[in-house]
Amino acid sequence: MISLDLAIIWAGIIGFGVIMYVIMDGFDLGLGILFPFAPDDESRDVMMNSVAPVWDGNETWLVLGGAGLLGAFPLVYSVFLPALYIGVFLMLAGLIFRGISFEFRFKSKRNRHWWNRAFCGGSAVAAFAQGAVVGAYIQGFAVEDFVYVGGALDWLTPFTVLTGLGLMAGYALLGATWLILKSEGYIQQWAYRITPKLLVAVLVVFGIVSLWTPLVSPEVRDRWLSQIHLIWVFPILGMVCAYVLYRAVKRQEEGLPFVASLGLFIFTYLGLIASKWPVIVPPNYTIWDASSAPESQLFLLIGVLFVIPIVLAYTAWTYWVFRGKVRVGEGYH
Amino acid sequence: MELDPLLLSRIQFAFVVCFHAIFPVFTIGLASYIAVLHGLFYKTDNQAWDRLAQFWTKVFAVVFGMGVVTGIVMSFQFGTNWSNFSFATSNFLGPVLSYEVVTAFFLEAAFLGVLLFGRGKVPEGVHLFAAIMVAVGTFISSFWILSANSWMQTPAGYEMIDGRFHITSWMAAIFNPSFWYRFAHMGMASFLTGGFVVAGVSAWFLLRHRDVEANKKALSMCLWLLLFLAPAQAVIGDFHGLNTLEHQPTKVAAMEGNWETSSNVPLLLFALPDQEAQSNRFEIGIPSLASIVLTHSADGEVPGVTEMAPDEQPPVALVFWSFRVMVAIGMLMIGVAIAGLLLRRKGRVFQSPLYLKTLVGMIVSPFLAVLAGWVVTESGRAPWLVYGVMTHAQGLTPSLTGGMALFTLIGYVAVYTVVFWVGVYYLTRVVRNGMIPDTAEVSGEVERAKRPFSAAHTPFDGDFEGASK
Repeated sequence: MISLDLAIIWAGIIGFGVIMYVIMDGFDLGLGILFPFAPDDESRDVMMNSVAPVWDGNETWLVLGGAGLLGAFPLVYSVFLPALYIGVFLMLAGLIFRGISFEFRFKSKRNRHWWNRAFCGGSAVAAFAQGAVVGAYIQGFAVEDFVYVGGALDWLTPFTVLTGLGLMAGYALLGATWLILKSEGYIQQWAYRITPKLLVAVLVVFGIVSLWTPLVSPEVRDRWLSQIHLIWVFPILGMVCAYVLYRAVKRQEEGLPFVASLGLFIFTYLGLIASKWPVIVPPNYTIWDASSAPESQLFLLIGVLFVIPIVLAYTAWTYWVFRGKVRVGEGYH
Repeated sequence: MELDPLLLSRIQFAFVVCFHAIFPVFTIGLASYIAVLHGLFYKTDNQAWDRLAQFWTKVFAVVFGMGVVTGIVMSFQFGTNWSNFSFATSNFLGPVLSYEVVTAFFLEAAFLGVLLFGRGKVPEGVHLFAAIMVAVGTFISSFWILSANSWMQTPAGYEMIDGRFHITSWMAAIFNPSFWYRFAHMGMASFLTGGFVVAGVSAWFLLRHRDVEANKKALSMCLWLLLFLAPAQAVIGDFHGLNTLEHQPTKVAAMEGNWETSSNVPLLLFALPDQEAQSNRFEIGIPSLASIVLTHSADGEVPGVTEMAPDEQPPVALVFWSFRVMVAIGMLMIGVAIAGLLLRRKGRVFQSPLYLKTLVGMIVSPFLAVLAGWVVTESGRAPWLVYGVMTHAQGLTPSLTGGMALFTLIGYVAVYTVVFWVGVYYLTRVVRNGMIPDTAEVSGEVERAKRPFSAAHTPFDGDFEGASK
């Protein structure tokens, strides 16, 4: 019984870590994707300054999630990483270039255009790779006897390319609504203009993915058709968020667009989990199959329960300290 | 030619881990030094200590940042290239590696920000406390990593069920037989690294007559420290070697270049080990000394590599020579520290250009010694990944092809080359900038973030304002 409880607790922790990562690193990756389209270099400064204090805190969730998976659900770790081998490398390379460009763009004058490119390219590649991972998760993996037996590029299909592009659009939407919240004047107006376009792109991709998913995953199809009453709540709530977002942009509200796009992400995520639960390595392995030994899950749980509140408090405090608008020329000259 | 995913994965792991290791081994030592500087300033109120603390905290921030960036890759390597190993050992390595991450985040969240940005904003005592906690935190982090590595060298506290390790005693597994030796040896290596870098940089400043008072203090302190640490490391290393002899005799045999188990084994100064012929093609040694060192008796028996079948032997030449590089550098360190004492008696330690230049050159020595040491211990246990239980081949990701491994190997080399040159380039600028008091105007950057690098205000390009004074 204790192993059952621990597996569910750990699924909750990892699930929480993943969504924290997606929405928090999502908007700063999104700003990187929007970087080349920004009106001018001053607005790029504002975009980068608006996330500079928080971005590395956002990425702590990725590392915590990775380490937590090895400790709690090693099967996920030992199947996903080999199966997504090339994609994982691209994501890491993207995040590294993006990370160092964050540090050095501020300190650089002559070479700034190089750091702009590294920031944008790194963000775009990382976002695409993460989206493709979501698609690969929906597709499922060729696993025999707890070992991945597929090829190096099995994950790269038209479906995962679409989910990759979809997440890029989704992150860009988060980034644009974040910018509405954090900027003013012509930069904010630019963000207001691009937000509806990004929203349309996101909804189109999500629509196609939703129609396509039952074709790539028979298990999901069966669940969608057998449990209509419960699962359909999430896409409906997602559509409500999209509508709220659209109206809020029309009315030039500042905070609501970001909140609504967060809602859109969260409900999509919950819908995905509800479609797969309790399978964690699709198509066959559940969270209990994928668990490490109960004594290992328990040993690690103590440390994680201790540190998560501290990381949350630290995160909240950082966001509080750096609340308010970022202005042109502020932050550095 | 067929690409071998096993060989390529081993090269890739060695490259990534060596590259990563040079950063933490420095920050661990440096964090303690910074804590000491803060303590001295707190006690004496001498501004020189404060200026030194500020300067080295900037360096610490950049190196720590690079360590974090390169460390992220490490946490994915186990899964991408060694998935069978990860799955089999996850019950132990999962929690232990996670605790390392948890410690690092706790440290960063709670104390690093205060150390980097709290100067003048928090009471001096609180600042000192943060500095001490950062130093302690780096040690706790290395505690977990070295426990994981030691467990792979000398596995303990487990039983095998269906091909997976299940922990029966966390105490026995975490504090496994080689753990304390390795922890002491690496901790001392970190202190030596910090010591030689600080000594070298101080010497560099003294050669240019910059901040003479503070740098004399720093150099003097470092030389006293090294005078005790360098010989102590030799003693600890000896104990570590005896521990290895007990648990991994073949590794010691390879270190000594000794093929046949025998007594009165010479200590080889030079040899050309030949794995094919299972003997040395040429050797020069001091008779019976290896027997004396390892068994404390001239006719003591020293194990030979041929106790193991050829396919279970480590690459002898690599282990043999890496060991000699490490030991030679260790001897050189002791020599430099003693030379400092002699020059001090003649009062010329801060004036001798030759000695100061030697110290500048010695900056790279601890890094080389650490890497050579890790090559000894890691390739010395080959072919075992978990000693005596799981080989490298068994731990490899089954679906991995040579092409995939080559692709990411080239990729990581490319990415890290950029990171390394950018980092070292920037670090040298921070150092050349020296102990100029920071103002936001120097770089035009206002502290917006608790990002490690933003603690160093040096501009990435353009001219220094004031650096040439």
